[in-house]
Amino acid sequence: MSDSDNIAPAKKVMIVVRRAPHGTIYVHEALEVMLIVAAYNMEVSVVFIDDGVYALKKGQDTSGLGTKAFMSAFRTLVDWEVENVYVDKSALEARSMDINQLTEIGVDDDTDELIMPKTLSARKIYDLMQQQDSILSF
Amino acid sequence: MNTALENCMEFVGDDDVIILIEDGVYAAAAKTAKSNLVERILNKNKVFALQADLRARGIESLIESVDTVGYEIFVDLIEQHTTQSWL
Repeated sequence: MSDSDNIAPAKKVMIVVRRAPHGTIYVHEALEVMLIVAAYNMEVSVVFIDDGVYALKKGQDTSGLGTKAFMSAFRTLVDWEVENVYVDKSALEARSMDINQLTEIGVDDDTDELIMPKTLSARKIYDLMQQQDSILSF
Repeated sequence: MNTALENCMEFVGDDDVIILIEDGVYAAAAKTAKSNLVERILNKNKVFALQADLRARGIESLIESVDTVGYEIFVDLIEQHTTQSWL
C-alpha cells in the first residue's frame, strides 16, 4: 500500500447562495466560507440561485450604505481556486438579467480574458447537488 | 423571493405612499417577476425607492414612475405620514 492510498479523495463541498447581498449578512458569510473551504483540500463549487443571483450583479456601489464593500472579492474567486461557480439561469430570467450583467469571477492569466460564472438549468444544479459530500446553504 | 410587498399591497390605503428600502428596492427594477405588482400599486399610490440602496445593489433600470429619493426626503416622508414597516 503506497502513501497515496492513504490520502482520502477531496471532499466535494457546495455552497448555495439564495439571498440578496446587502440586506442581511448571509452572502458576506457565504463568501468567507468559500474562501475557507477553498484553502483546504476540498473540491468546492458555488451555486447562486433565487435572489442569490443579485450577489454577482455588476456595478454595485455600497459607499452610500457605509458597509464593507465585500462584493469585489467575487471578482477574484478564481485566484482563490474557487473556479466552479454556477448561476441558475431561470433565476436570472425572473429578474430580467443575463450573464452580461454579472461580474467576472477572475481573469485568465494567459489570455487576459474574463472568466465568467456558468449558467445552468435548475435540473443541472440538482444533478450537481446529488454529487456533493456536503452542501452549505446561505 | 420575499412576499412583503404582496402583504403590504393588501392593506395599502388611497393616500398611502410606499417607499422601497434595503432589499425592497429590488422590486423597483424594471421587467422582473415583481414588476406587474409594482405597476398595479403605481396605478393608485406613489412609490419611491431609496437611492443609496439602489446604488449598493447596482440597480439602474427602474420601473417608470418609481421615483428615487435620498435620505433627506426619506425622512420628510416619514414625518408626513404614519409609518408602517414591512420587514
